Amino acid sequence: MSFPLLTATAAVPAIGAIVTAAVPAARRTGAKWIALAFSLATLVLAAIALVRFEPGGDRYQLTESHAWISDFGVRYELGVDGIGVALMALTALLIPFIILAGWHDADPLETKSSRWRPTQGFFALILMVEAMVILSFEATDVFLFYILFEAMLIPVYFLIGGFGDRAHAGGDEAGATQRSYAAVKFLLYNLAGGLIMLAAVIGLFVQAGTFSLAEIAEARANGTLDMSTGMERWLFLGFFFAFAVKAPLWPVHTWLPNAMGEATAPVAVLITAVVDKVGTFAMLRFCLQLFPEASKWATPVVLVLALISIVYGALLAVGQRDIKRLIAYASISHFGFIIMGIFAMTSQGQSGATLYMINHGISTAALLLVAGFLISRRGSRLISDYGGVQKVAPVLAGTFLIGGLATLSLPGLAPFVSEFLVLVGTFSVYPVIGIIATVGIVLAALYVLVLYQRTMTGPVNESVRSMPDLKLRELAVVTPLIALLLFLGVYPKPLTDIVNPAVEHTMSDVQKTDPKPEVEAAP
Amino acid sequence: MNPVNYLYLAALLFTIGAAGVLIRRNAIVVFMCVELMLNACNLAFVAFSRMHGNLDGQIIAFFTMVVAAAEVVVGLAIIVSLFRSRHSASVDDASLMKL
Amino acid sequence: MENLIALLIAAPLLGAGLLLCGGRRLDRVGHLLGTVLAAASFVIGVVLFADMLGKGGEERALHQHLFSWVPVEGFQADIAFQLDQLSMTFVLLITGVGTLIHIYSIGYMEHDERRRRFFGYLNLFLAAMLLLVLADNYLLLYFGWEGVGLASYLLIGFWQHKPSAATAAKKAFLVNRVGDMGLSIAIMLMFTTFGTFAFGPVLESTGEASDGTITGIGLMLLLAACGKSAQVPLQSWLGDAMEGPTPVSALIHAATMVTAGVYLITRSGAIFNASPDAQLVVVVVGAVTLLFGAIVGCAKDDIKKALAGSTMSQIGYMILAAGLGPIGYVFAIMHLVTHGFFKAGLFLGAGSVMHGMNDEVDMRKYGGLRKYMPVTFVTFGLGYLAIIGFPGLSGFWSKDKIIEAAFAKGGTEGWILGAVTLLGAALTAYYMTRVMLMTFFGEKRWQPDAEGNEPHPHESPKSMTIPMIVLAFGSVFAGGLFSLNESFVKWLEPVTAFEHGHPPISAGAVTASTVVVLLIGVGAAYLQYGRKPVPVIAPRGSLLTRAARRDLLQDDFNHVVLVRGGEHLTRSLVYVDHTLVDGVVNGTAASFGGLSGRLRKLQNGYARSYAVSMFGGTAVLIAATLLMRAV
Repeated sequence: MSFPLLTATAAVPAIGAIVTAAVPAARRTGAKWIALAFSLATLVLAAIALVRFEPGGDRYQLTESHAWISDFGVRYELGVDGIGVALMALTALLIPFIILAGWHDADPLETKSSRWRPTQGFFALILMVEAMVILSFEATDVFLFYILFEAMLIPVYFLIGGFGDRAHAGGDEAGATQRSYAAVKFLLYNLAGGLIMLAAVIGLFVQAGTFSLAEIAEARANGTLDMSTGMERWLFLGFFFAFAVKAPLWPVHTWLPNAMGEATAPVAVLITAVVDKVGTFAMLRFCLQLFPEASKWATPVVLVLALISIVYGALLAVGQRDIKRLIAYASISHFGFIIMGIFAMTSQGQSGATLYMINHGISTAALLLVAGFLISRRGSRLISDYGGVQKVAPVLAGTFLIGGLATLSLPGLAPFVSEFLVLVGTFSVYPVIGIIATVGIVLAALYVLVLYQRTMTGPVNESVRSMPDLKLRELAVVTPLIALLLFLGVYPKPLTDIVNPAVEHTMSDVQKTDPKPEVEAAP
Repeated sequence: MNPVNYLYLAALLFTIGAAGVLIRRNAIVVFMCVELMLNACNLAFVAFSRMHGNLDGQIIAFFTMVVAAAEVVVGLAIIVSLFRSRHSASVDDASLMKL
Repeated sequence: MENLIALLIAAPLLGAGLLLCGGRRLDRVGHLLGTVLAAASFVIGVVLFADMLGKGGEERALHQHLFSWVPVEGFQADIAFQLDQLSMTFVLLITGVGTLIHIYSIGYMEHDERRRRFFGYLNLFLAAMLLLVLADNYLLLYFGWEGVGLASYLLIGFWQHKPSAATAAKKAFLVNRVGDMGLSIAIMLMFTTFGTFAFGPVLESTGEASDGTITGIGLMLLLAACGKSAQVPLQSWLGDAMEGPTPVSALIHAATMVTAGVYLITRSGAIFNASPDAQLVVVVVGAVTLLFGAIVGCAKDDIKKALAGSTMSQIGYMILAAGLGPIGYVFAIMHLVTHGFFKAGLFLGAGSVMHGMNDEVDMRKYGGLRKYMPVTFVTFGLGYLAIIGFPGLSGFWSKDKIIEAAFAKGGTEGWILGAVTLLGAALTAYYMTRVMLMTFFGEKRWQPDAEGNEPHPHESPKSMTIPMIVLAFGSVFAGGLFSLNESFVKWLEPVTAFEHGHPPISAGAVTASTVVVLLIGVGAAYLQYGRKPVPVIAPRGSLLTRAARRDLLQDDFNHVVLVRGGEHLTRSLVYVDHTLVDGVVNGTAASFGGLSGRLRKLQNGYARSYAVSMFGGTAVLIAATLLMRAV
């Protein structure tokens, strides 16, 4: 039996979480280094998985399968296709930066007793989330996926509620209230989604008699799976609702701005760049694969909801006064693009959506982490408390601008490629929706540039006059992310090579082909 | 004798026990009423065992007795410690577990 | 040879990377490094040009394929370059004028502590602009297109401590984004129609697509061109863009970037040729902008904004010419090149004047500067003569041809267009004479500013005057050189195609009328600004003047409709999101809370009452079971 690489990618951060949590209170810094070391080890394993993955090979590779709860046919089944392996690598890549960016976010306040160990808890929870997210990208058993999908709420809940942003306008007391509100809201929304999904999972088992993706697909191919149209639609809706909450899609998006606003910047990155990707990933893997007919049936409604998300999220971002909430609404807009690409059901749309997940992860991380550095310096999240930062901290402003430009999908930076693919993919089947969605790119320019103008340019605000520029640790976080954005913006081929075969499989699952061009152009 | 009569007796005992649990306030008496209910059940099991001609009911009755013995140990311990801290064995005085 | 193409872009890109990431270490040599790399790019351009001249007309195009950019099923976008005569023209213009402006900036930005960064941005601009003109497919062109937009944003907002500069930069980027939306829709349309967006296949098969599609693509391309080239209705950003340092205005907002729209239309000539409707719209946009810009230019007292109005108007000429089809493409590009020379020269002259006048831009506070700045005066004067189309100078040759082509359009349209272009020529002569007279003639009108610093006008350093002199040479001779033997027409013909237009009146009559309207314009300006002293405080002026000072109220319209409307929309949406969307969820949560508050009363803590509910429940269950049995 070969080395269980996929299990290892999840087991290493899980062990890391336990080890980090066990570090004594006084060895706080040691705990940070341990957490970083484990996240780097995970990154190495993910890189190995990425290398061992053969784009042209089987659909699911590096598979593992063990009996788990045999009475219900639940198996511990892992395997990755191109999309899964890419997202797993993204997760493993981002966590070290999140840990490094949050280095001082959970240092204990002096008022607490010496046995208080928030730092250990903070980093242990982050690693716990990493383990669950990675495993959920690898799970090919519906039940296993469901367990992870729900279980990851718990550490995220504690990360939001327990380690809030210390820069709160209303002081600590109001901060704590807002924080617990945000955490509970996050939990309730996602639990509600998860509950409905549970019903659908049970329904699927009753219908198919198994939880295994591969077996269900085989049964579908053989025609032995007898599922009525109505039943397929109900099950689809059950799954889709849960993923739409997590993604999040309009109108079940309102937990995201609260959660991202109240959490510390690294945790906000963890939520939007990593955890939320499970939702969009699951739409691709479960909704489209398990219920292709129902997915096609729901496409018009989903596309309209995605379109509303794009425009609505962007418009609300323009109206925000809080930096992190602004970025949260921008993310809602971007998730609209991702979902639109998935459900346009063209090769370009799906490749674009997958690339978008990765690129959005990197670009949001870059923008939000720099915003976090900015906020931690001034101790305020309000845009109006800044101004002229460019003058006192040019490197901070420059990196912030690049993060912003990536968010508005400037060509040359990675998100452009994916956004354009999504737009083209949608346009080729639904021209009107594609055209309206391009309004999103104008609005993106608006909210990013307004944010940049109000915080970074103009006369220097008195309160930022003595603001230091980025430190070495912060540069170590931002520079690789920016380099990656530039590289993938110009040369995304390594990624598309991995993703394309998976997209072809999905396209054949839903039995769709790309529309032919009107004119066969001369070669 | 018709075994059904034993069932009537069991029902009667059970009802007396249940009424006692509901009405009496002294914890010891409530406890005794619970025992009465358990024994009513035992009687019914044994009667059923006899009616059906197999041993299942009797086995269950033994189970019940074992559990009841364990329960007596735990329950009396609780009542004693309650009496020590409150100088009363009234169940209404121990009403702190409400929201 | 074709391997050199990538180097054209790589040189300034390297400069941008080094200067922007290099940190303070490069502060002392940054400007030199930037200039050398720009010059290197120019040298490579000249080498390629010489090579190209050695080949026959049809074999001149070079192609270089670097790598596949976005390889996705059915979607091929490559990083690949195409260097033909049209691109070559732009490469020489961009790198040539670009290098001159780099040299000029060494002196102009000498006292700016962020000079290294300025040169980094300039290099970034060069790289993006070269990418734009060298791309061999529309998506890569889009890359360059947004890249120049970014560079323009950074450079307009270079003095970002000034809120006005930051706002102007943002506005420029946003308005351009609206245009970019057009370009992206055009590319998507091409993709769905032709399955590709490489120049070659798309432009060869335009005839096979349906008319509606082609017109749609054409109009979307026009929208893009309007944004980038500041054409009505997306022109409002150009005037504000003058907040940037003057070399930027000269390079980006006069000579190169704003002409990208003309490039786009000329490059996509086959699409427009296939759609007369789209062409008509192009011509109308060009004609309207031509007059719009000229009218605005007549009323502005800010020297740079007057020149910006003029730029808009001159690009209107080019767009109009490009809209005329094969009779106009060549002249659009020819005017573009000559305009690149004289307008860059004029802006550099204006920068030189501002340099000597403590950055004062109000022409009413100039006057009589010819004595203090002789070199600036002469070079600016030559540029002035060129732009108004003084016979023999560059502008004359190119503008005259456009007017001729406008008449040659034929029918009523031809007469209307001819008249508009002639009117534009008269207005050009008027506003440029006005600028000239207010700046260099008359009495000195400057006064000490609030702190008592009186400007001491002086000639600018050599690094600034030499580029001005070189550009003045171009303003004088380029047009004549291009027209000699129709050399420019022959040069571009293989790419853009060319037809001789046949105006209803003879070419001589067109030229004569051009000269006449020119004299009228100059005369009118002289009567108003040369004979009488210029008031320092601007008179109230007629309704049209006041409107023209406010950019013909376009900004006010935008403000009321778009900015205010947008603010209201976003605010009300924020409210809706908070109360309605969130409210539904919070309301559900609250109702559950209320329900549980009531249910909580059942938990009274008395063991008896719990026992009652247990017994009651059991009784109900038993009763239900019995009942089910009975039924």
